[in-house]
Amino acid sequence: MEFSYFPGCSLHGTSKEFDESVRGVTAQLGIKLHELDDWTCCGATSAHSLDEQLAIEMPARNLAIAERSDRDLLVPCANCYSRFKAAEYAVKEHDRKISFPYEGKVAIRFAMDYLCDKPVVEEVKKRIVKPLTGLKAVCYYGCLPVRPPRLTGIKNYENPTHMDGIVKALGAEALQWSYKTDCCGASLMFTRLDIFKKLTGKILVEAVKTGADCVVAGCSMCQMNLDTRQEDIEKDLGRKLGIPVLYYTELMGLAMGHPDTGKWLKRHFIDPFPMLKAKGLIQ
Amino acid sequence: MDARGQAPNNSTPLLSEIYKESGEKIQNCFQCQKCSAGCPLNFAMDILPNQLFRHIQYGHRDKVLSSNTIWLCASCHTCSTRCPNDIDIAKVMDTLRAIAHRTRAESGDKNISLFHKFFLSLTKYTGRTWEPGFALYELKSGGLGGFMGWGLKAFLRGRMGLFPGFKGGAAFRNLFKEVGKGGAR
Repeated sequence: MEFSYFPGCSLHGTSKEFDESVRGVTAQLGIKLHELDDWTCCGATSAHSLDEQLAIEMPARNLAIAERSDRDLLVPCANCYSRFKAAEYAVKEHDRKISFPYEGKVAIRFAMDYLCDKPVVEEVKKRIVKPLTGLKAVCYYGCLPVRPPRLTGIKNYENPTHMDGIVKALGAEALQWSYKTDCCGASLMFTRLDIFKKLTGKILVEAVKTGADCVVAGCSMCQMNLDTRQEDIEKDLGRKLGIPVLYYTELMGLAMGHPDTGKWLKRHFIDPFPMLKAKGLIQ
Repeated sequence: MDARGQAPNNSTPLLSEIYKESGEKIQNCFQCQKCSAGCPLNFAMDILPNQLFRHIQYGHRDKVLSSNTIWLCASCHTCSTRCPNDIDIAKVMDTLRAIAHRTRAESGDKNISLFHKFFLSLTKYTGRTWEPGFALYELKSGGLGGFMGWGLKAFLRGRMGLFPGFKGGAAFRNLFKEVGKGGAR
């Protein structure tokens, strides 16, 4: 299987380990990724907040590049994926005119949907060298991986289970909890830290209360918010949380024995090594 | 007759302006308050989403455009998926922000509107989000986000790219120019 690949800005910066782990596990599974030439920002929250036309043209520029090949486009970042689907929808369903040729031919595939779907999960199972036995996880989907369902096509958008499925397939336990699709505050992390900390704090406190050893995330914004601001939230709450926030791809790498897994995990603000060592899952 | 068929011809200017830009029919809102009940940001908003919709129906333009509600909305789409009248509330929030931005209405949350403007003017030149550049926003907004210390920690863990890594700048800036001219619309 071959894909065109759109890493997006976050995966080249604050979510480096997501990019590395997606590339790592897809290589293990024999999936070949071709990074798009000359890709640019999807416009993110800022474009759709200020200028609707820009919010369609910025992502569509990348889709137009992807159209030059007949491969599907794999997108790990939930924000980029959502903007791509919104641009595709505007051009194809609403006949929105844009300033360059784009036909809407390329199939846009969200990495979480693809990698947590049955055919890939079956391939992953065959390659497990270290089952994640004894690891208790809560899966945190966030907003854009599931909403709006008109764009994502997710049926269980109030209680999604696909990431839970891969976590179980890897040998870990996926705990039930009520915060799967609650909002982490997204870009308010840069602008309204006071409000942001309340949203993310609620999710983290609930994860700890549920008895999870870690949160599993599949959105670069969610992981960044829950992991890198956790110490600030602990200060506000006056209590220690210390719960690692791992990408589902990192857990896949761990179970399939990818040699770089340790390197990816070292990039986290909340050190996952003590927990993983105590469970005998990493040296 | 389909109640959702047509835009109302006796609507307020704001109501029809929003309909024209978003295609969303706010007159269908019957105040069930599901949007406000499920909104994760409701505790911080000066006007709740359902109240905002009533103000739009009444044509209270300044009150709506200067509310902090439209800027605090994090576009999580919870309201849109739960609205029994199928109003895409998150999309309406986008439209309201765009109108506020375009008409230079007084911002209900200056830091958030400044961030979005800053993000786009920076990205126009860098092609890709250039996170170290956010330090400039931090300076402009008065340093409330604690970005500098956080950025250093991210850098030390290899989570902060020093260069945007995009070369075709002029062609990308041209896209902004075309959109600005409004030729495609």
